[in-house]
Amino acid sequence: MPHTLAELCITAAAEAWRHDGEVLATGIGLVPRLAAGLAMLTFNRDLLMTDGEAFLVSEPVPVGPRQGYEPRIEGWMPYRRVFETLWQGRRHAMVGPTQIDRTGAANISCIGDHRRPRAQLLGVRGFPGNTIHHPNSFFVPSHSKRVFVEKVDMASSVGYDPARFRPGVRRDFVDLRLVVTNLAVLDFQGPDHTLRLASLHPGVGVDQVQEHTGFELALRDPLPTTPTPGAEALRLIREVLDPHDLRAGVFDA
Amino acid sequence: MDKRITPGDAIAELRDGMTLGIGGWGARRKPMALVRELLRSPVKDLTLVSYGGPDVGMLCAARKIRKLVFGFVSLDVIPLEPHFRRAREKGEIEVMELDEGMLQWGLRAAAMRLPFLPTRVGLACDVERLNPDLKTVRSPYADGELLLAMPALELDVALCHVNQCDARGNSQILGPDPFFDDLFCRAARRAYVSCERVVPTGELWKAGPPQTIWMDRSLVTGVVELPGGAHPTSNAPDYGIDGEHLRTWAGAAREEGFADYRGRFVDLPSHAAYLEAVGGAERLAALPLPVF
Repeated sequence: MPHTLAELCITAAAEAWRHDGEVLATGIGLVPRLAAGLAMLTFNRDLLMTDGEAFLVSEPVPVGPRQGYEPRIEGWMPYRRVFETLWQGRRHAMVGPTQIDRTGAANISCIGDHRRPRAQLLGVRGFPGNTIHHPNSFFVPSHSKRVFVEKVDMASSVGYDPARFRPGVRRDFVDLRLVVTNLAVLDFQGPDHTLRLASLHPGVGVDQVQEHTGFELALRDPLPTTPTPGAEALRLIREVLDPHDLRAGVFDA
Repeated sequence: MDKRITPGDAIAELRDGMTLGIGGWGARRKPMALVRELLRSPVKDLTLVSYGGPDVGMLCAARKIRKLVFGFVSLDVIPLEPHFRRAREKGEIEVMELDEGMLQWGLRAAAMRLPFLPTRVGLACDVERLNPDLKTVRSPYADGELLLAMPALELDVALCHVNQCDARGNSQILGPDPFFDDLFCRAARRAYVSCERVVPTGELWKAGPPQTIWMDRSLVTGVVELPGGAHPTSNAPDYGIDGEHLRTWAGAAREEGFADYRGRFVDLPSHAAYLEAVGGAERLAALPLPVF
């Protein structure tokens, strides 16, 4: 069976963790979680991962109904220990921003005026601490100008805008990696670490991506096509990581 | 020293304008029976410190919050808390929005009687811009790094819910994560802990190793026995999240909705009446533990 867009994105997103070594992989949301799991089962077996709650597991827990599956517990990682881990820098998280701008500042807090928002969202959660301490990547299921904005309404996270760093504030742990969307893979290797289009998904054009982005994107040159998932990646996604096909609902309108 | 008290006794200690900390996290192990008791009291103008869930939503709906110190408010199974959203979108509450780790650091500072703890969390993003009262401090050593001085979050009262306590206040958490309940208790002048059951001291370490006794009795002012006291939030391993009830609660975020909800679930003569209204102990025991 040919791959789906979700399977292509999971495989592309897994690449975020390829060279990280023995760090805690945190994937918030279905595609990031499956991507971290794929990385752990293939090219980075040293990754640490939790069961989504407080236990470290030696292999990813399949998503959906467990049907008798027992997590392979190898340790304890309550939230207090996650903070210790992340402040030490030994983590790479992939998250879903509501907005993100070309310098990588992301918003999950609110839309509109912070004192009286038009739309109250979650709050900054752990984004400020995550982004000033360890590598971070992003997954955006619907690449649009509503997400890729000129300026975020609220900067919940740290990006590469030098104006936001007062003299003496350490910025050397800021490390934004991949942004995987339904159209493309982007990274922060544009001028001054701005967003750069790094690969186009099969059948997607540069203009199409640019039209759905609220600012000018730097372009990788040459600009490759996002690789399609290989047979082993597809087998792991379909049979091991997501046997109930929850990924089928990721790109529903 | 027998610290067992009623829910009314605990809530009677609160005064208008106090700073209240609530333990738990999102839809997990929130002292909801004590929160409902608070709704039945006239106390208002609270500054609330919480890793927010339906506790925050309920107190927003009841207009008891003047200021909220938070990193997020979520019902877990329902990502956004609609009563909190309404309060924010109507500009009804003041907020101090912090990274989750900064909130922890504020509790730790208060617990250690320090004025602040240094961190780089909150710098270079809008947390520092939107909290102009937060100050920075420069490392006095050769590095000279500019750090954020997270101020102590001193609490007048903390409310937590755990699995079991003894009558002197030794409090045991048997679920996978203690969250930061011990820090809430340390940061507070007085801490009230509700629990599924009060047991003889010697029974505590039989249910779990001593490492699970997260608050020693010196941190606990009063113990309230409230089986099902976290409902509709979970209290692993005793019961899971009541998703159906949370959907009912979320659906009440509309005109007349909160009044209806109060009538059915809050303005009841006792916690036992509440448990009956939500399906009884058998229903709670059947709620599956959350799987993430």
